[in-house]
Amino acid sequence: MQKSSTIKDNSPETAEDVAGQIGNIDAAGHVTGESIYVDDIPVMEGMLFVKVFDSPVAHGKIKRIDFSEAEQMEGVVKIFSYKDIPGENQIGGIIQDEPLLADDEVHFRGQPILLIVAENEEAAEEAFEKIKIEIDPLPIITDPRIAFEQGKLLSASRKFVVGDINDAFKNCKYIFEGQAESGGQEQLYLETQGAYAYPTEHDSVKIFSSTQGPTQVQRTVARVLGVGMNKVEVDVPRLGGGFGGKEDQASAWGAYAAMVAWILKRPAKAIPHRMEDMRMTGKRNPYSSDFKIGLDEELKIVAYEATFYQNGGAAADLSPAILERTLFHATNSYFVPNVKVTAHSCKTNLPPNTAFRGFGGPQGMFVIESAIDHAAKDLKISADIIQRKNMMDNGDELPYGQVVKECQSKSCWDEVMELYEVESTKKEIEKFNQQNDFLKKGLSLMPICFGISFTNTMMNQARALVHVYSDGTVGISTGAVEMGQGVNSKMLQVAAICFGLSPEKIKLETTNTTRVANTSPSAASSTADLNGKALQDACNQIKKRLFDFIKTDLTGDEDADIELKNEVVYINDEASIFNWKNLIQQAFMKRINLSAKGHYATPIINFDKTIEKGHPFAYHVYGTALTMVTVDCLRGTYEIDAVKVVHDFGSSMNQAVDLGQCEGGIVQGIGWMTMEEIIYNEEGKLLSNALSTYKIPDIYSVPKILDVKFLNTDGNDLAILKSKAVGEPPLMYGIGAYFAIRNAVLAFNPTSTIAYHAPITPEKVLMGLYTHDEQ
Amino acid sequence: MIEFILNNQLVKAEQASGSTVLDYIRYYKRLVGTKIGCREGDCGACTILVGDFEKGKLIYRSMTSCLMPLGNAHGKHILSVEGINSDQLSPVQQTLVDTDGTQCGFCTIGFVMSLTGYVLNDTAKNYDDAIAAIDGNICRCTGYKSIERAVAILSEKMNDKPEQETVQWLVDKEFIPDYFLEITSRLKSLREKINKEADTIKPIVQKLVLGGGTDLIVQKALSVKKSDVVHVFDAGHLQEIKLVSGQCHIGAAVTVTAFAESKLIQGFFPELKKYIKLISSTPIRNMATMAGNLVNASPIGDMSIFFLALDSDILLNKDGATRAIKLKDFYKGYKHIDKAADEIIEAIVFTPPQNNNFNFEKVSKRTHLDIASVNSACLLIQSGDGKIEDVHISAGGVAPFPKYLKETTSFLRGKRIDAEVLKEAITIMNTEIAPISDARGTADYKRLLLRQLFLAHFKNEITSVKKLIGI
Repeated sequence: MQKSSTIKDNSPETAEDVAGQIGNIDAAGHVTGESIYVDDIPVMEGMLFVKVFDSPVAHGKIKRIDFSEAEQMEGVVKIFSYKDIPGENQIGGIIQDEPLLADDEVHFRGQPILLIVAENEEAAEEAFEKIKIEIDPLPIITDPRIAFEQGKLLSASRKFVVGDINDAFKNCKYIFEGQAESGGQEQLYLETQGAYAYPTEHDSVKIFSSTQGPTQVQRTVARVLGVGMNKVEVDVPRLGGGFGGKEDQASAWGAYAAMVAWILKRPAKAIPHRMEDMRMTGKRNPYSSDFKIGLDEELKIVAYEATFYQNGGAAADLSPAILERTLFHATNSYFVPNVKVTAHSCKTNLPPNTAFRGFGGPQGMFVIESAIDHAAKDLKISADIIQRKNMMDNGDELPYGQVVKECQSKSCWDEVMELYEVESTKKEIEKFNQQNDFLKKGLSLMPICFGISFTNTMMNQARALVHVYSDGTVGISTGAVEMGQGVNSKMLQVAAICFGLSPEKIKLETTNTTRVANTSPSAASSTADLNGKALQDACNQIKKRLFDFIKTDLTGDEDADIELKNEVVYINDEASIFNWKNLIQQAFMKRINLSAKGHYATPIINFDKTIEKGHPFAYHVYGTALTMVTVDCLRGTYEIDAVKVVHDFGSSMNQAVDLGQCEGGIVQGIGWMTMEEIIYNEEGKLLSNALSTYKIPDIYSVPKILDVKFLNTDGNDLAILKSKAVGEPPLMYGIGAYFAIRNAVLAFNPTSTIAYHAPITPEKVLMGLYTHDEQ
Repeated sequence: MIEFILNNQLVKAEQASGSTVLDYIRYYKRLVGTKIGCREGDCGACTILVGDFEKGKLIYRSMTSCLMPLGNAHGKHILSVEGINSDQLSPVQQTLVDTDGTQCGFCTIGFVMSLTGYVLNDTAKNYDDAIAAIDGNICRCTGYKSIERAVAILSEKMNDKPEQETVQWLVDKEFIPDYFLEITSRLKSLREKINKEADTIKPIVQKLVLGGGTDLIVQKALSVKKSDVVHVFDAGHLQEIKLVSGQCHIGAAVTVTAFAESKLIQGFFPELKKYIKLISSTPIRNMATMAGNLVNASPIGDMSIFFLALDSDILLNKDGATRAIKLKDFYKGYKHIDKAADEIIEAIVFTPPQNNNFNFEKVSKRTHLDIASVNSACLLIQSGDGKIEDVHISAGGVAPFPKYLKETTSFLRGKRIDAEVLKEAITIMNTEIAPISDARGTADYKRLLLRQLFLAHFKNEITSVKKLIGI
């Protein structure tokens, strides 16, 4: 037995053991209703309600606004306009282009103009009706291509280029061009946006916020109040869903509550009703895109060109970063030697669009999948032939310069083909379609390759704070926000295996900016990796101090091999008389520091925007989905029969949580591609403005069969415990539903004019079934 | 004063009877397990169980507390998650934990309550029934697959549930706490007390007549809260379903659930279960009343479309005097009905269909828990030689009000169906509809969709339908 004084690596088997014990540590609170969300926090006496008065038109100059009558109504305390903002009237994160409250112009319908502050919600609602506003209308743009033509851009356009596209197209045997459109998607976190704030000493304020980005709320509030960040404390108990919608857009609600509390010195709550949330907040960016794809005789994609017109809405928000990720994923899982992809973030008069699971990646992938499908249809072959032929592999250089390593594209694809017997399934479908007049089945394959890391390298850092209390129990704070993705469970696992400690002795604290500062938002699928690694660092620091203490004070053996297992100290592989509890007590008596702050910054990654090259991702996640659907060709309705997936989880540290993320992401992706339709009219008014008009999947619309096979891989050292990030990648399997349904439509009507336009609602299906290409 | 048993506690609420149960339990009783997701009955996060006597037996129904007027809680047992929590997780709760059926947790309580309702329900036992119990619950983390796995385990457990002494069994198995053993008697004494105190029915002039609240509270919660509300949801004389000299009478306050569960109605409509599944969700059907759906006059009201094709009459009552009017004449324009402010609907009356000659079709963006893009119903009476003796067809979503296709049906009467007749009927149909583009579809789509649904009514004439479509 080799003696070593280094801390042992944590083996993934142990993590799974912990996972087996804890499952999802929040589940018991969820099923009893004891989990606490912002609106569940017991409020203090004298709490004020904040209601937003928003713009009734999408673009115009405010000529006159009169709230004198409203302000004098019983129960109304004050009405705030932009003039009352003590600091800067600015909440833009990446680009400073978004006021907290509109000043003299409004740029989208639903843009906040005033804050009605009242003793109760009813008074605020009644006051809302009494506010008079006159707006001189300005032209309204809702279409990103029109915005582009008029030069209305939110940020500089971006272009990724590799090879020589013009030369390459000259040598292509087949060239296809077309257009693809993907719609917006409402995050529809079941808990709406919201914040509750109260004033604290020294002109400070404490905010409970439903946000994925506590630091972003803190920064925004500090700016709006004109105070230092140290005067703003943000605490996040948990979220009833975020999906990207609370990455940036929670900040405004935090600022409303904080500003009212800070100025009026009373507690204040700002929680919008569902319809207010839907009309005031941004959604997944819709994209309109042009593609051109060139193939050689062997069906190798030689050249790919695409232009993306991103509908950014009225302010930049996160759109520039989303735009960048679209380019990163423009070629999905394929290796293409000559690529030119260009993206424009277009300014329209819609609510500022924002992050949504996938963050521009799905929008980019939909276009190349459309291009491949278009090529396959014209060549009268199955799209999967082209897909497989062009699948990326180790050593391939992606258009942004990163060289592919540990690639699992082909292994996932091939496993799907074999495990789910795709070839024979295709034959069965063909037979079914011949035998049925009004029912047609369709099938598609959808590979994914998704890069893990914030593409803004700076954001790939995290910290964690660990306290071991003198009774041996442990408290953990990280920058991670629990929003259903199970990050609390994963953090607990990290600490439990590091200390060899029973999960019951460990508590996950709320996410709080005074305990862990300067956090990156819980986003980019990276939360568990970044915060878990920081947590490991903190735990290891404490562990090292404890081990040193054991060696110097308890055993006197500097070379002892020490381990913590099942709350017992093992010295040279033998259980010692010390258990965790008395070790901690003794260490405390000896004044050993039992708290630690851990820090992590992802190594290797870099990206140079001036040349659009670098190594932006810690690693990639791979997988392939098979989707099968049945379309009722009389009524235009459809059912998803099955989605069968082989997914690269690395070495999953919590299969229950990871499976939930995978299944949930797939269904959410199917929702985006099928029934979730964001509709604005020409006046920029949201028509799909409630759950009655905007439909998300219910229990009957999920695939009847949803199989997820965990591909066994070694994982990646940059993934926490080699367990790969799982939040976003599975969403893109949902794109397969679009193509499967489209294929079924074409089985009924081979000359259909159905466009590459998602979502493929029952309307698009029925119109596709009964319209014909005249040629 | 509104009195009811809230979980294990007798409460007297002084809040407005038109305010919602949701606000009462969350903000006055601080039972914050019940969540607010949408306040329009479309997400189920606020689902509670409402215990009431049906034919002398205490039955629990799931309802969305966001739309339930407090007045409708009077004399009932209102159950929130806090009322089923005990030292141990209930099997419903434990199963959801075991199958990882929760992610962010915000919808979870709604699922727990709906599934507890399923468990308490005497008739529902199989897996499909259990899934149907959560058809009004939306999970945005879309963890439905793990919830399905929980449901499979739970429905398996229900196989052991005895026919008798079910409450005792449920208490023994810790599905519900033991205070449930006393609830029936406690509720009975409360009802006796309430009945003694009951006022004579007040005149309804200048008052707001409120049924289940599933439409009015969505549209104007604040104004309902401030109104002097007459609650008719529990008015016994409006809850009857009966056969009177061959005519079927449906009381105005009959809920969609009561309609669907009626053996009499099931006998007339063999495919009723299929139709009902397309109409809203379990908790909404537990609350929504027939008359509410009719007076709402929504152009796509499912029950309006259903009854129009039955050529129903409605009975309107004013100060004790009743008049009858054809439902197809009741609708005058957008949200404009032939009803005086002081008239109330008493009943819907129709001749029961024979020989399975009724059909209801509905297509919406999402098949379930959605409002129709277009819906249509048809009653087709053919003679032995295939001639159409009589036909009634209704269509929703294609006119400002629920549309009875007068021209189309008069053309069809006396005809034998073939592709040419269908084609001409469709041409006529297109002249009497005027769909508009909105969130539920473009006008062109609705036109095409109605054609398709019209053809679906003639599923027995498939050869003609195929010929018409050209396949």
